[in-house]
Amino acid sequence: MYTPHTAADIREMLDVVGVASLDDLVRVPDSVALRTPLEVPPGLPEIELQQTISAYANRNDAVRYTSFLGAGSYRHYVPPVVPAIAMRGEFLTAYTPYQAEVSQGYLQAIYEWQSYICLLTGMDLANASVYDGATALAEGAIMAVNATGRRAILVSAAVHPNYRAVLRTYARGLELDVEELPVAAGGTTDLASLEARLADKRFAAFVVQNPNFFGAIDTPPEAARQAIEASGTVAIGVTAEAMALGALATPASWGAHIAVGEGQSFGVAMAYGGPYVGFIAANKEHMRRIPGRLVGRSLDVHGKSAYTLTLQAREQHIRREKATSNICTNQAHCALCATVYLAAVGAEGLRRCATLNVERAHALAEAVTAVPGFTRRFSAPVFNEVAIRVPLGSSAATILDALQSREILGGVNLGRWYGDLADTILMNATELTTNADIAKLSGALAAIVKEHNLVRA
Amino acid sequence: MSAPDIAKDLRERFEPGAAEPLIFELGHPGRANTYFPDGRALEEFLPASALREELPLPDNSELEVVRHFTRLSQRNFSIDTGFYPLGSCTMKYNPRVNDTMANLPGFRDLHPFAPDALAQGALGVMYDLERYLCAIFGMAQFSLNPAAGAHAELAALLIAKAYFARKGEGTQRTTVIVPDTAHGTNPASAAMVGYKVISLKSDERGRVGLGALKEVLGDDTAVCMMTNPNTLGLFEDHIKEIADAVHAAGGLMYYDGANANALMGNARPGDMGFDLMHLNTHKTFSIPHGGGGAGHGPVGVAAHLVEFLPTPVVRKDGETFALDFDRPDSIGPMRSFWSNFAHAVRALTYIRANGGNGLTKVSQLAVLNANYVRAKVRDFLHTPYDETCRHEFVASAQDLKRETGVRALDIAKALLDHGFHAPTVYFPLLVPECLMIEPTETESKETLDAFVAVLREIVETAKSDAQALLDAPVTTQVGRIDETRAARQPDLRWTLPA
Repeated sequence: MYTPHTAADIREMLDVVGVASLDDLVRVPDSVALRTPLEVPPGLPEIELQQTISAYANRNDAVRYTSFLGAGSYRHYVPPVVPAIAMRGEFLTAYTPYQAEVSQGYLQAIYEWQSYICLLTGMDLANASVYDGATALAEGAIMAVNATGRRAILVSAAVHPNYRAVLRTYARGLELDVEELPVAAGGTTDLASLEARLADKRFAAFVVQNPNFFGAIDTPPEAARQAIEASGTVAIGVTAEAMALGALATPASWGAHIAVGEGQSFGVAMAYGGPYVGFIAANKEHMRRIPGRLVGRSLDVHGKSAYTLTLQAREQHIRREKATSNICTNQAHCALCATVYLAAVGAEGLRRCATLNVERAHALAEAVTAVPGFTRRFSAPVFNEVAIRVPLGSSAATILDALQSREILGGVNLGRWYGDLADTILMNATELTTNADIAKLSGALAAIVKEHNLVRA
Repeated sequence: MSAPDIAKDLRERFEPGAAEPLIFELGHPGRANTYFPDGRALEEFLPASALREELPLPDNSELEVVRHFTRLSQRNFSIDTGFYPLGSCTMKYNPRVNDTMANLPGFRDLHPFAPDALAQGALGVMYDLERYLCAIFGMAQFSLNPAAGAHAELAALLIAKAYFARKGEGTQRTTVIVPDTAHGTNPASAAMVGYKVISLKSDERGRVGLGALKEVLGDDTAVCMMTNPNTLGLFEDHIKEIADAVHAAGGLMYYDGANANALMGNARPGDMGFDLMHLNTHKTFSIPHGGGGAGHGPVGVAAHLVEFLPTPVVRKDGETFALDFDRPDSIGPMRSFWSNFAHAVRALTYIRANGGNGLTKVSQLAVLNANYVRAKVRDFLHTPYDETCRHEFVASAQDLKRETGVRALDIAKALLDHGFHAPTVYFPLLVPECLMIEPTETESKETLDAFVAVLREIVETAKSDAQALLDAPVTTQVGRIDETRAARQPDLRWTLPA
């Protein structure tokens, strides 16, 4: 399939090569030759192919449910202009822009992405993107290790559990220690022990997420900043919900030296988890430690402004085992989607959208906590997610199952990661969450309370 | 709130060949598109201390956005616009039906935390793709978790590290053997798990020599990382003996799947003795490269390494699929969520479109196209290792450089002037002035003939008018770029004018 060769072409080409048959051409030693046909069903004409693959898509009933799932992947509005531009074959079917003279368009788009990430995070520079938010954190932590020569990472337990798990995977490879700071009663990182723990200058990095995994605003106060600076620790700010950058204080504003995060919310589909687009931004001092591709603006031989991949001396194909990372792709196409998204919505649109997220989440929290027995688990202000405690005697799992039978996905069960939060559901609302969706959820919760006799009158 | 009003005089922008302004130099504050309804103010919900002070992004009309990015797209080479013989990158046609399938709402809008029972179709895609990959490459199991080839390489080495740790050989086995015909990422991946790299020089036939290999094998050997066919496009015909020797020394064999397009239906890494492998499905299985990602890098293992695969893996219980996270010996997750799922849909679509026989044919014709070009190019460029190649081959411009001063780089730039993308140049490192050419199976004989004719003309021009090639490219948006300036005076972002 997708091969243009006629029988006559093959004959003629084999003659030029001087081989009698295709089988002779590809012959390998008997000891490793595959003697049986591949156990893959016969090829399908395109009509049947579409029917076959569509049948898989049709079995994903979740997409028809009313959903309050967030926790690192968000349902946001994607203006049709984003896929219309991104699906242009000139972008979609290009390779990494090694030949800069014929790749100026993509290089400029990535330069614009780097600029957008700097403007959004307040940092000095950003790379051309990495795989996703979790790997951005792991790579950011490695930058801190390389910068300080220290071998331990201190991470808030309110950082996305999947991000922390990936950090541990990478840390096992490099034999780094990962330690955690607990969550305080209000739902933010407990910084009471921070100064004492940083004092012995053992930690390469301190990692905190804003809004944190519970949706709460969680930025270190001035005192923490001083302890971080005094100990020479690299502060890493994680943003797992990029939409928040349209409203909340930047990582730079609380003193982050490295800002990492996930850009999926900017025009990239949820797609059952990928591909997404991670970003890494940093202060100037980390320029030669930042991993992955970087696009720079220079001049061509005629003195004309021109873009090119640059600072490649950091990269795997030049430095080999001394490279700062083994990354050789970026998520160029997802970064392009995000760049087109940001260009289309602009400052006005992004702020408007971020504000709607806050407004919808507060409407959600208000409606859900109006149902007897449901309360806010934490008191800290939130962006677009809220941790809701279910009635005493019930569990998050029970409530979520009961909602599911009513075609509602009520959120994620925090007990999945936090043993003491098995009674808490993390609920998300975005600009796409309607009043009707919220009413459906709160109505269902009220009915479930009654049905299960959960709250004594 | 927005970027300041710095819009440029646009008259010059519309002249043919003119540079495109940055998006930040276009538009006016307040020129917003109405995607979102009005509502209440942020300050009603959040304390001022939590909010950002400014948001200096440009506001552009949707037409301006479309025009800007359309103009950028036109300043870009792609498979859709021309022949892309980039060695080891497998720039084959990316069928549009793959994208149509990946964008079905049932896939596109599925949340990664959707309950398994309501995501059976997605889990079925992952399970079936994984099974087909096992059949095609002869491994016991794959994980679709890693995000790209280099990421899968890292996963594989973490698996090796976990395996040796459990055998009690963790501190002893710390070296990785990498032949000079392997891919560039291998040493960097090894460093990320704390392994030391031993580079292995290939023999006069361009293969790993068994004698040289045995000299570096020892009880410190963890992994031997190879690609077969190697980056010279040659099949390692002693692969079985190599694998036996590595196994006898207690090491593991790792297969870098970047060159898998040469093999389907003909030979399988699993049968060659490889314990670990990765695939670049964005190469072999026609997923668009998207300008350098997202990739998709399944990691596969033989039976004795299954328990170490990254989490989650898709489990089948009767007729029901589930994501399995409960794997105590796993190296853990490699990324935020389960896989680059949209790419798994594309790869499955491609496999079902071709079927087993079709994939076999794909590899045969990829090898035919490479040999056809090689047979013609050897008339006018030196082709070291002059024998039947697999999906790619290398030529060297060293003689030409000696005669005329024209280097591989100049040939690459001259090809751009003729509307062809350059081959991979200066890789593999063991061939001086290397041009590594991989045509792929989706190119027609006429396109290959045109490419060969242009390449021949360039080599002839080198002998008559070398300067013309040193000046190339002259027809592109910009000429050769001052890389030194880019690195010495880094300009990595647009900055608000003071």
